Amino acid sequence: MTEAIIVNGFVASGVYALLAIGFSLIFGVARIVNLAHTAFYMLSAYLIFTFTKSMGLPLLLSIVLSIIAVTIVGTLSYKLVIARVRQHEATTLIVTIALAIIIQEAIFIRFGGDPSSVPKLISGTTEILGVSVLNQQLLTLGIVLLLLLATWALLIKTRLGTAIRSTAQDREVANLMGIAVPRIEMITMAISVAFAAIAGALIAPLFVLSPGMWMHPLVMILAVVVLGGLGSLKGSLIGAFVLGFAEILVVFLAPSGAFLRTSVALTIMLIVILIRPQGLFGIVFEEER
Amino acid sequence: MSIPAAYAMRIYKLFRGEILVLPGRTVVVLFCLVLLVLPAVTSQPFTLRVLILASIFAIFAASWDLLSGFTGQVNFGHALFFGVAAYMAALLNMNLGLAPWATIPIGALAAVVAGLAIGVPCLRLRGVYLSFATLAFPLILAGVVLAIPSITGGELGVYGIDPLSKSRVVTYYITIPSMMVLGFIMWKIADSKTGLIFHAIREDEVTARASGINTTRYKLLAFCLSGFFAGIAGGLYAHFLMGAGPSTLELALSFQVIIWAVFGGIATIYGPIAGVFILYPLTEFVLTRYLGELQEARMLILAFIVLLVLLFMPQGITTWLRDRTEKVCPRCKLRNVATRTTCRVCMAELD
Repeated sequence: MTEAIIVNGFVASGVYALLAIGFSLIFGVARIVNLAHTAFYMLSAYLIFTFTKSMGLPLLLSIVLSIIAVTIVGTLSYKLVIARVRQHEATTLIVTIALAIIIQEAIFIRFGGDPSSVPKLISGTTEILGVSVLNQQLLTLGIVLLLLLATWALLIKTRLGTAIRSTAQDREVANLMGIAVPRIEMITMAISVAFAAIAGALIAPLFVLSPGMWMHPLVMILAVVVLGGLGSLKGSLIGAFVLGFAEILVVFLAPSGAFLRTSVALTIMLIVILIRPQGLFGIVFEEER
Repeated sequence: MSIPAAYAMRIYKLFRGEILVLPGRTVVVLFCLVLLVLPAVTSQPFTLRVLILASIFAIFAASWDLLSGFTGQVNFGHALFFGVAAYMAALLNMNLGLAPWATIPIGALAAVVAGLAIGVPCLRLRGVYLSFATLAFPLILAGVVLAIPSITGGELGVYGIDPLSKSRVVTYYITIPSMMVLGFIMWKIADSKTGLIFHAIREDEVTARASGINTTRYKLLAFCLSGFFAGIAGGLYAHFLMGAGPSTLELALSFQVIIWAVFGGIATIYGPIAGVFILYPLTEFVLTRYLGELQEARMLILAFIVLLVLLFMPQGITTWLRDRTEKVCPRCKLRNVATRTTCRVCMAELD
């Protein structure tokens, strides 16, 4: 029981962390609330399913292909749709919801509502401290850690990272310093969608796929980024672990936990932002009052 | 001239001076007339059903606009008010046997209480934080509803309560006029001093407070008013479908109301109503009846329509049309037909 909670908690938190960091990045840099974020994650999982089951491609190749394809779709939808309406906040929300519904319905028409599943990348289990863990779960955790390190390195150590961080801090001053803000925003969008695609590739072998699978993670990552503070990557990471574990604990321990898991996670989020309105690590922007 | 004739003259003058002068108002009056005489032309139960539901959702979408469009407190969990009122009305009718005319107002009051319950803790939150916090409330409640099936019926919901009326036409004549009256009241509120303060809070809360406006009180008032109207919609919905289920608290409903409102044009009241009356019958009639084999694609087509319309009219469809048919007088801020060269009241030059 305890082992199951720990392993599942880490996997769930890791996936939420990946999704939330991508969501947080594009919000921090471009102030876009991308409600289609988890739809891209679902799209990636389904693309892997298509490539392996219908076209018979090897699994690794189809994962790479689907991540590339989803990133292209995400960047195009940013360029062609979101970027045009972004000065109207409410319209941006609706446009991203519409994108998510388009992806959901396209998947529904192509695959039907029945749940489907994808083969595991590596099979078998490993014994750690007397607990048997699926190798796929270990792989998921490893990739999550690797990606988090890579993001940190990208943001702190490279010129691109500096440009992204300065755009997030102050668009106008960044623009004056010679940073091509629209280009940085597009690159950030690509990174953000790529993260969602990778998260989708990671969970595809672990969970069943269905066209409604984007709703629950969307709610969770909204809670995660608010809990951690919008635009703060450290906050997103910690928030993901808090809510991921809370959810798994409720599922395993509480009676009728499957119904209450979202409620409990969201209640935790509410309590935190009622005490600290800007979230755990959020920054209050002066000009945004 | 006899007294009735004088009154008729007066009403006619008012009609000409206040309604016929603006194409938008003329369209609204025509639309209301068409809705009111429609059952005489067709009494197909399905047509009436779609229009009844559209009128209920129109009240709901307009109430979202009153809170989010005017005050700028973008509510992602508007289904909370709808669901609370629907469940309240259904449970009262089921357990105490109260009639719909009693349960719907009580349900609306319950939604007002819900509005206070989320308004008070959310006062400190701003912008996106507020939206995401409000998103949580209906989902938390939905979890609780599913976890206590003995009271709420769990996933099946509370079903088998009294209908609004046995006859579909009578139900139609209950919901459609309620939509018109409530829509008019909301439009009047938005047009009053209170509405002006709501605008001010959206534009700049700090400045509004500096001008001596108790923004806390007005934000709470917006939550309560919006909750009240959404609650009436929820109660009508429960009694029309003869039950309330967890779908009234779903995320999909919260998103749907934002889609209707933004598609129609926010901060107008009539925009969301127009949005519902365009999009809802479109999905139910046109796409369902004429698509045939493409039946499954109707949500896809709807999402594409919303996307394309918003790409070209990012402010919503009614705002786009209004800006092309009417212009605002620079001196007295009254609206005029775009063809006029001088203001209809103060005769100032229009640009």
